[in-house]
Amino acid sequence: MTEHDKGAHISTIVSADVWEATCKEIGDGRWNLLALWGDTGLVRMALWDTRENEITLIGLACPEGTFPSVARHHPPALRLERAIKDLFGLVPLDTPDTRPWLDHGRWGVCEPLGQNRPAVAKTPYVFLPAEGESLHKIPVGPVHAGIIEPGHFRFTASGETVVRLEERLGYVHRGIEQLMAGADLPHAAKLAGRVSGDSTVAYQLAFARAAENALGHAAPPRAHWLRALMAEMERIANHLGDIGAICNDASFPLMQAHCGILRERVLRAAGNCFGHRLMRDLIVPGGVTADISAKATDILRRLLDVLQKDLPPLVRLYDNTPSLLERTVGTGILKPKLARQYAAGGYIGRASGRNFDARRMIHYPPYGALNFEVQMRLDGDVNARVWIRILEVKQSIALIRQILDGMPEGNIFAPPPLAGTPREGYALVEGFRGDVFVWLGLDAEGRVRRCHLRDPSWFQWPLLEAAIEGNIVADFPLCNKSFNCSYAGHDL
Amino acid sequence: MKKTLLQGIMRRPLTEKAPAPDEAALAELAASVNRAAVQKLGRSLAIRQVDAGSCNGCELEIHALNNAFYDLERFGLHFVASPRHADILLVTGPVTKNMQEALKRTYDATPDPKWVVALGDCACDGGLFAGSYAVAGGVAETVPVDLHIRGCPPDPEKILKGLLALFERQKMPEAS
Repeated sequence: MTEHDKGAHISTIVSADVWEATCKEIGDGRWNLLALWGDTGLVRMALWDTRENEITLIGLACPEGTFPSVARHHPPALRLERAIKDLFGLVPLDTPDTRPWLDHGRWGVCEPLGQNRPAVAKTPYVFLPAEGESLHKIPVGPVHAGIIEPGHFRFTASGETVVRLEERLGYVHRGIEQLMAGADLPHAAKLAGRVSGDSTVAYQLAFARAAENALGHAAPPRAHWLRALMAEMERIANHLGDIGAICNDASFPLMQAHCGILRERVLRAAGNCFGHRLMRDLIVPGGVTADISAKATDILRRLLDVLQKDLPPLVRLYDNTPSLLERTVGTGILKPKLARQYAAGGYIGRASGRNFDARRMIHYPPYGALNFEVQMRLDGDVNARVWIRILEVKQSIALIRQILDGMPEGNIFAPPPLAGTPREGYALVEGFRGDVFVWLGLDAEGRVRRCHLRDPSWFQWPLLEAAIEGNIVADFPLCNKSFNCSYAGHDL
Repeated sequence: MKKTLLQGIMRRPLTEKAPAPDEAALAELAASVNRAAVQKLGRSLAIRQVDAGSCNGCELEIHALNNAFYDLERFGLHFVASPRHADILLVTGPVTKNMQEALKRTYDATPDPKWVVALGDCACDGGLFAGSYAVAGGVAETVPVDLHIRGCPPDPEKILKGLLALFERQKMPEAS
């Protein structure tokens, strides 16, 4: 059992001075900002200690409805603060950007999780200026040309070259955190699984672990292994889809056709083994709801054989097609310094030299018992992000083999105990896109009082704005797909 | 690359037999769709997908329709990049208030005759998100809907069965 599993963790409520000092230390890189969110009359922060490799949670009471801005010292906190202001009405003092973020003035209410006041008159959203000779603007979205999620991109271009990209998100804000409040654990777990459809396993895993952390409860060993099996299946399916889609955006649909076949095989195997192609609603607080039979194990082993046979020729195809590499190499470079500053997770961070993988750093079960290496590169371009995905698919295949070989027998579910007292818990797990953080507060009846789910995209979206600068407009879809940030996960 | 392309020609295709149209979808369409419009459109329909607040799960399964197993285009159904080129709006998600205007404008930009398909449990009635301050409800609350395809998300075969019902409607007598 790891440290993380030992009972409920209680965050420390600190003074404004300590809060401010911590913000400065985050700005200096001593801590990574994992999450920043609002609670009733409180702001909370989750930090990653870069020296001790530990998570620390702090909170600051806001009796005046204000708190010292984190973004003043650490720009990655900016959108999180704007979201806190929109949802809770807690005002970040001396923040560099006072514009709303999730609130587009269409909800009919203000501060829905705070005072919940009737909406005030809507003010037009002002995009950041870009000045210079013969610049032009290209507005894109929220409805995009492909089968993708909605969001708005405002490009300022000089000829073909992007001078500035500004994102505007929040279009798929569904108010999940409010729907969570008062929900019992099974219902809240369902909501968690619908935050971001491509990461339904990762989210339900993070939610279940946070609930178990709050209740000082451990799922049975076999449940941990089954959860990891689903998480690795989800990773493979998404990475395959992404590799194909990135190549398609570089006008090479052959790769997409073949990756699409492999992805479909993974989803069909998941459907046959677990009863749901995306493996939704299978991970719950206390364990999992579906076991795998001997027949299912055979299906999975055959799938792994097919993947191992069919993937290498595709990788060679990618690597031996100069016209494709011409598009991906050197395009959309994300500098390692920025990846570090934003604590960017997943393939985005790891393609730009940030050696962070929650499976390795936190060793949540069963990953402590499995052999794998965190894949990392320093070049940070589209090609690097493709390669991290290729290497991770190979690694997940090896991980699933280890999981199938080492899966312990036994129960798959142990009912969580009653709460009894108000509690809080948290979890950080590695989804395909990066680390998903979940914090929740339970009331004495065991219902969710407040739950915050932080998608890895919060710290990846702003980096896309940086990576596209100086690239041509036509390479934006390619860069965007290589990031593949979540809209739904971010907007909540 | 040559080898990969050659294999594509030599091997048996992965594409599977077409499923029969969904009975429930046929019944719903009988009541809602004008037969004259269907005849005008023939057997080629352009689909514009609109995510109006989905978790992206439905989009993943819509994407799958384009893979070699389902090969949507063989039925004359294809996805287009603009509502101005579309016959069908395939709408997912509970319609969020932040997307409501964009959905309405997309609907208005689609030329008549047009059909709207609400895809997924959320698009049908708001799903788990119904009642939220940020959600306007199912698609029908914002634009008229001709066909509902349920599921969370519906798998590609189910989506295909629903869409194929649009063609079958041509052979059926006019609804009274």
